[in-house]
Amino acid sequence: MLLINLVWLVPLFPLVGFLINGLGRNVLPKGVIGFIGSLSILLSFIVSIGIFTELNASDIKSFYIPLFDWIHTAAVKVPFAFQIDPLSSIMLLIVTGIGFLIHVYSIGYMKLDNGFGKYFSYLNLFIFFMLLLILGSNYVVMFIGWEGVGLCSYLLIGFWFTNPSFATAAKKAFVMNRIGDLGFLIAIFIIFATFGSVEFGDVFMQAAKMESGNTTLLWITMLLFVGAIGKSAQIPLFTWLPDAMAGPTPVSALIHAATMVTGGVYMIIRSNILFTLSPVTLHLVAVIGIITAILAAAIAVSQTDIKKVLAYSTVSQLGYMFLGLGVGAYTGALFHVITHAFFKALLFLCAGSVIHAMSNEQDMRKMGGLKKKLPITFVTMMAGTLAISGIPPFSGFFSKDEILAHAYEQSPLLWVIGVITALLTSFYMFRMLYLTFYKGFRGTQEQEHHLHESPATMTIPLVILAILAVFGGLIGIPEVFGGHHWLAGFLAPIFEHPGLVIVAETPMNHSTELILMAVSVGGAIIAALYAYSRYVKGSHIPAVDGSSRDLLSKLSYNKFYVDEVYEFIIGRPLNALSSFFYKIIDKGAIDGFVNGLGKATSEGSKVLRLLQSGNVGFYIFMMITGIVALLVYGFYNI
Amino acid sequence: METVSQSIQGIPLNHYILLSAIIFTIGVIGVLIRRNAIIIFMSVELMLNAVNLLLTAFSVYWGDASGQVFVFFIMALAAAEVAIGLAILTMIYRNTNSTDINILNRLKW
Repeated sequence: MLLINLVWLVPLFPLVGFLINGLGRNVLPKGVIGFIGSLSILLSFIVSIGIFTELNASDIKSFYIPLFDWIHTAAVKVPFAFQIDPLSSIMLLIVTGIGFLIHVYSIGYMKLDNGFGKYFSYLNLFIFFMLLLILGSNYVVMFIGWEGVGLCSYLLIGFWFTNPSFATAAKKAFVMNRIGDLGFLIAIFIIFATFGSVEFGDVFMQAAKMESGNTTLLWITMLLFVGAIGKSAQIPLFTWLPDAMAGPTPVSALIHAATMVTGGVYMIIRSNILFTLSPVTLHLVAVIGIITAILAAAIAVSQTDIKKVLAYSTVSQLGYMFLGLGVGAYTGALFHVITHAFFKALLFLCAGSVIHAMSNEQDMRKMGGLKKKLPITFVTMMAGTLAISGIPPFSGFFSKDEILAHAYEQSPLLWVIGVITALLTSFYMFRMLYLTFYKGFRGTQEQEHHLHESPATMTIPLVILAILAVFGGLIGIPEVFGGHHWLAGFLAPIFEHPGLVIVAETPMNHSTELILMAVSVGGAIIAALYAYSRYVKGSHIPAVDGSSRDLLSKLSYNKFYVDEVYEFIIGRPLNALSSFFYKIIDKGAIDGFVNGLGKATSEGSKVLRLLQSGNVGFYIFMMITGIVALLVYGFYNI
Repeated sequence: METVSQSIQGIPLNHYILLSAIIFTIGVIGVLIRRNAIIIFMSVELMLNAVNLLLTAFSVYWGDASGQVFVFFIMALAAAEVAIGLAILTMIYRNTNSTDINILNRLKW
């Protein structure tokens, strides 16, 4: 258990990398910064692999590694401790592994940027906080990580902060996350008030003895879910994620697709017992998840910005994960987190490679025909697209169909909407692929001249991720294909609580499962073919901005006017209220009072100073009058 | 033989009070209506001594010496005050060639 006891090394390396790169950002050459930044994550990754293998070989599946007493008073005890169990060890591998690939990719992608050192220090800091979020053995340490990744997300979305709209996007992400964070924070308070501890072990042990449907648990889970909604961009707090695409593309891949946004899913899986004992919340989670999934997919089908398509796709896939959580398929949700991390990081990095080749052009209407010029990017992106569309045997197929099968058990309606979302997913992903890589080039001469495949630092991560995206599903082959679902077996210990074992797997009729899979796969293939006939055969190019559209496409193109609705029901009243408080209360009442006080004193003094005439006799007279007055007063009052 | 306190007590207390009141009033009026700084000083001294007289008389009638101790304090204080006051007056006279307080009206708004 050597490495498990050295788990503090995992977050330490990125922290050291952050300090070196942060302090030396203007001094160190770019090569050194990129090397240190990537090396620190690679070291963490190696330790994580060691931890994973040790845990896999060990009989004990949960390790508690206290580092130091952080808060220690009579009433509150919060140790700074880490927890290693199957869930955190898998998340460690994802975060450090994909994090490392994206660091390497960034060396090529950010090569010409002036903020190279700053970028790498932020990225290392992000990994550090993400690792705290994953490793923390109590809600408070988790909350540190939770807030920290939010901060890094803000810093990296606004990385090019001289562009005001990017800075606004960063602010929007931060504010929306704060709303969720408040829910999480209140949930922690209630957890502490109820269980007298914030340690996962203590809380879950006591919770296992509570009745299902307990009101306190309902409140706790609802508020935790609010936190998850904010972090994982679900309705109604999802609008920050598409705007977060203002950041550099590798950041979108790492933070806003693969790791941070799955924090909400991780937190709910971690608290699985609380949620299982609160069925009302679980239903809400499923409903919110499925609505988010289909709404975001419907928006993605008409977006023209390559990163916006992927952003809405991320929101939609996160919706799938929440659907999985909501129907009790925690393993399925984590499975989808893993496969999604592979293929969505891959797709974003491919998009980054395309944008890089296109001299920072993100509009797909100006791309096309890149297949020949960017062969590696094309092949890897094809792999990612097949994976996300759920075409067997690529990874997305297994995880998505596991979730859909559980959704079907819960309610066929959820399954139907899920399949429609899958069709939309397949359609918009192939639409993106065709618009980008097929037919002729639609950009300017200059851009065409400049087209080139990205350097090796960028293509090697693409290839590795593509392999993972293709074969990642093999860790969870369902029984229907003769597999034994390794992931479910590995994760089982985190669902075993004293006196209560959570089992999501109710044995399902294999023929039903096959039919369900056939329907969703068939639908996805038809959607892909339809996209082919429309965008390759039909040479359809999305309409320019401002052209007339029918109602549905207008709704989709304008993102269902969610931002506008928020602006109308929250932004405007808040602005009106603020300007009322500013103009009437602040300017009028408060400033009026303060200034009035000053003015009254100054005007009064102008009159009173005339008494100071310089005439000594008058002074003496006033003095004596005063003394007499005092005497009279004293005489009549005492 | 008659002691000092007995001889003081030979005169009724009311007489002392009246006398002191008259001297004090003279002092106050002097301060108020005279313009010569030296006269004002003297008036102030009159007031102080009226109080001294009263303190002594009360002290004797009360049979407690502390009133007379206070008189010594007041005397010491008055001496100090006169020392400073006269020094100021000398400077005023050097600068204005007069002891009229109404000339000193420049310190105002």
